[in-house]
Amino acid sequence: MMELILYMVIILLKVMAIVVPLMLGVAYLTYAERKLIGYMQVRVGPNRVGPKGWLQPIADALKLLMKEIVIPTKANKFLFIIAPMLSIGPSLAAWAVVPFSEELVLSNIDASLLYVLAMTSLGVYGVIVAGWASNSKYAFLGAMRSAAQIVAYEIAMGFALVGVLMAASSINLHEIVMQQSGGLWHWYWMPLFPLFLVYFISGVAETNRAPFDVAEGESEIVAGFHVEYSGMTFAVFFLAEYANIILISVLTALMFMGGWLSPFQGIPVIGDTFLGESSIVWFLAKSAFFAFVFLWFRATFPRYRYDQIMRLGWKVFIPITIIWILVLGVVIAAKVSYVTLGVWTIGIAAAYMLFNKITTKAGA
Amino acid sequence: MIKTLRNAFHSLFLLELIKGLRLTGRYMFAKKITVQYPEQKTPMSPRFRGIHALRRYPNGEERCIACKLCEAVCPALAITIDSEEREDGSRRTTRYDIDLFKCIFCGFCEEACPVDSIVETRHFEYHFEERGEQIMTKDKLLALGDRFESQIAEDRAADAAYR
Repeated sequence: MMELILYMVIILLKVMAIVVPLMLGVAYLTYAERKLIGYMQVRVGPNRVGPKGWLQPIADALKLLMKEIVIPTKANKFLFIIAPMLSIGPSLAAWAVVPFSEELVLSNIDASLLYVLAMTSLGVYGVIVAGWASNSKYAFLGAMRSAAQIVAYEIAMGFALVGVLMAASSINLHEIVMQQSGGLWHWYWMPLFPLFLVYFISGVAETNRAPFDVAEGESEIVAGFHVEYSGMTFAVFFLAEYANIILISVLTALMFMGGWLSPFQGIPVIGDTFLGESSIVWFLAKSAFFAFVFLWFRATFPRYRYDQIMRLGWKVFIPITIIWILVLGVVIAAKVSYVTLGVWTIGIAAAYMLFNKITTKAGA
Repeated sequence: MIKTLRNAFHSLFLLELIKGLRLTGRYMFAKKITVQYPEQKTPMSPRFRGIHALRRYPNGEERCIACKLCEAVCPALAITIDSEEREDGSRRTTRYDIDLFKCIFCGFCEEACPVDSIVETRHFEYHFEERGEQIMTKDKLLALGDRFESQIAEDRAADAAYR
């Protein structure tokens, strides 16, 4: 009995050790977002609350905590309250299997990739239930849009991950990362370059972020599925969205950028110094980079039209992934190394870019 | 055919998008142009049109002669004037109200005034806390005129050549 309790307490502590930094990360991701977008628009962003605005996220959280939670009269109360929980639950649960470094992982289960896919797909329930329970036309339209979009991109995402599991011949995240060891050119972004792009862009679409944020198009449907939510219930949706952003960044780093592996692995001189050591620092740096790209996208691209989003998902991404799975199958059957495939892929892409640059200059 | 193929490749390699990202990436390091308002302020023209004021002559006599030109010219109908004969026989206002919620700060009243009485000052940092406070009565306007007289006179002098 004692042992069981002790075991539970240790698990609980481990969960806290993941969730607390994650929540802090989410809070400061919102700060980073406002600051970065400000910088890209030649503004300075929030700088009033605390030194350099460092306390801004805390002020925001306090404000949301104090606000009243308004439940519309004709809303389905039970579903209305449960929807934000349905939204944040899966996006936190997915973290259970994320390996932070070679030893740091809450549970190293065999089918962790499958588990992550299942959890990220579950998030759409929160959105649909919220839209339906609000009993508001805007919320409902937003929920439908976001559901259709997530379903469309889920497929492309799944296919991109099929490529990863073919290459690694494993669906365990730890194993997938270990298969990539050997330095920068062994990571899967090179041989699986198209899948890498498809995965990351689908990830942006999955999290309903700009430029795929039609689910909350201000000019059309106000704020989408969470129009009727206020105070803490809104904050929970917000947390879920940002937790998902971090999750997608982390997964991209794990599956295409070698997770906690050092890029200098195997290089004679640098590889022997501390830079060659694989650690959680590399993992965090890679994830932070992808989170930055999320914000960069938001500052750069205008919103896609709805039918264009659907076109991109169904007619562009799915065919690309299928073709690349075919290429990968041929490569595996022919026993060509992934490094060779990677060099060819990047080489062809670079050659095309160069060719394009030369021809457009001559033409124009 | 070649062109569509070329366009397809063009979008497939995300060339335009990379261009866009490079642009915003460059601007991230550009010098920021934000003015930190209460501490820093942008330069202000002597013709700035802020809150109104009624001026006086140096001897303390109010300038307004109740000609009601400002009331007539006001496009927002924000000005209301009542007038009466004073003991010394001159025509003066008994009531001069400007409703600041109606006022659009066009400056026509200032232009119409033959005696430079109603003017718009460079003061714009004010607020109301109660309903009704937005009606600027004659007393309030005269008080503002007394408060900002030196600056008002200075601005009129600076602009005199163009009037």
